[in-house]
Amino acid sequence: MNFWTDPIKVLYDWLMSLFGGWGMAEPLANTLVTLLGIVVLITIALVLDIFLVWIERKVVARFQGRLGPNRVGPFGIFQPFPDIIKLVIKEDITPDGADKVVFNIAPVLSAGSVIILWAVLPIASRIYGVDLNVAALYIIAAGALGTLSVIMAGWSSNNKYALLGAFRQVAAMISFEIPMVAMLLVPTILVGSMSLNAITQAQVDGVWFFWLSPLGSLIFAISAIAELGRSPFDLNEGESEIVSGYHIEYSGMKFGWFYAGELLHAFTFGGFMAIFFFGGWHGPWAEEYPLLGAFYFVLKALFGYWVIMWVKYTVPRIRIDHMLAFNWKFLTPLSFALLIVTATVHVLMRDAAFWLYVAAMFTSNLLLGWLTVEILRSYTREKREAVPSAAHH
Amino acid sequence: MIDASQVIFLLSAGLIVVSAVMVVSVRNLVHAALWLVSTLFGVAVVYAVLEASFLAVAQVVVYIGAIAIMFIFAVMLTRRDLLSKSEQTNANWVWALGLAAIVFVALAFIISGYGASLNRLPAAMPEGYDPISALGNALVSPEGFALPFEVASVLLLAALVGSVYVALNKAKE
Repeated sequence: MNFWTDPIKVLYDWLMSLFGGWGMAEPLANTLVTLLGIVVLITIALVLDIFLVWIERKVVARFQGRLGPNRVGPFGIFQPFPDIIKLVIKEDITPDGADKVVFNIAPVLSAGSVIILWAVLPIASRIYGVDLNVAALYIIAAGALGTLSVIMAGWSSNNKYALLGAFRQVAAMISFEIPMVAMLLVPTILVGSMSLNAITQAQVDGVWFFWLSPLGSLIFAISAIAELGRSPFDLNEGESEIVSGYHIEYSGMKFGWFYAGELLHAFTFGGFMAIFFFGGWHGPWAEEYPLLGAFYFVLKALFGYWVIMWVKYTVPRIRIDHMLAFNWKFLTPLSFALLIVTATVHVLMRDAAFWLYVAAMFTSNLLLGWLTVEILRSYTREKREAVPSAAHH
Repeated sequence: MIDASQVIFLLSAGLIVVSAVMVVSVRNLVHAALWLVSTLFGVAVVYAVLEASFLAVAQVVVYIGAIAIMFIFAVMLTRRDLLSKSEQTNANWVWALGLAAIVFVALAFIISGYGASLNRLPAAMPEGYDPISALGNALVSPEGFALPFEVASVLLLAALVGSVYVALNKAKE
């Protein structure tokens, strides 16, 4: 065992012997080292967050045919630092009619609900916070706290646009949670465990779950975008209708926490997409060298984040009734159907040859997708023919 | 010597009691709902300390993520300063107090009967034992709780169908 094969254990042993050398009792030293680990993990997440601001601005600029930040440092990479200084020194306004305590707790809870997700992320084979046996459900629980923070922000601002934004956001979050939970059950069924480490390990030993459930990864991506409140589901912000939604009254660093939380949330969900469907930290030599695995993980998470941005800056916002109908009448039934198909095929084929099992899973997903498209096509054709005048347009 | 889990338990127990009192005593209904969230979160922490991770997470998902959010929605759709000037208790408060005192004494009597076993920590789970899959198997195996589980799901389905029926009737009027 050396630093390159198990960095966390080496650092832990070194710190324990260091603290022990200072005459510290072992339980106390253990608690301190664990706390230190938590602080370091949160710091890494937030430093990454600073660069996500740059990445987001640069990518949106490219999608919109602009250059983006390009003055501070090479390619404008240090642009986030002036931004942060501006946010920090800005006057911190709490509106007169606001409910002060709730108003001030909301941004903390919002950023916190994202940061606690990092506790269960298996960043590499031997780098993770905890190997929780209910991690998939833990993600949903963290999302519930995020929903609560939105409602707190919207209500306490005492502003009708903020409240409308919060209502819209919460409607989206609690309805798109259902297909998301159903899609988290797909890897759970395939592995027989909700632990993210077990799910990643099963993909390292077998194939990436994208090949077993391509439709599942697509539904997960869609519901993740809705959960994040990003375009085409960004009705909570709707600049043209409700100014900027639930955080309209926030300024300075309080707004900064919402913004930082949103970016980190998007990156973290890119990471979850990687963990559930694209093998997590899996890659060449990743199992022996965890730091390489962490590199692959960040790369895959950034790819997932890039896809989310790609969708965000390409498609326009949809109407709220369309969004809810899309979820309740299309995505939720489809995700339940997929869950039933996945469970059935998994039980029937798991004793067959491995390539046959993978082929059966992949084909059943494609068949279900094709069937859905056919049903939708015949349904719209029926509707079109029922209204003859509409057919000419 | 007091260890970390006891400290966490005492802190969360304090949080539960204080926020439970606040739930029934604050006048602002949204604040009451938020204090309820804090109570439920404290209960989730107690479950986590007892290593009942599934219960802890389910507590947050179901109670905070669904029920408390629904409470807050319902409260927000009512008038903002509803009830803020009315009396908080009615004529029956003496009876309620007496009943609460009796329940408290009874519970204290039962718990004091446990004696020395109260000081023991729960035994650690055996190596390689997965409580989640045991729970899952218990819910679907005929020797376990398959029948109550199915009855509960039929009940929920009936509630769902009922709510759709009520909503449909409204739409026709």
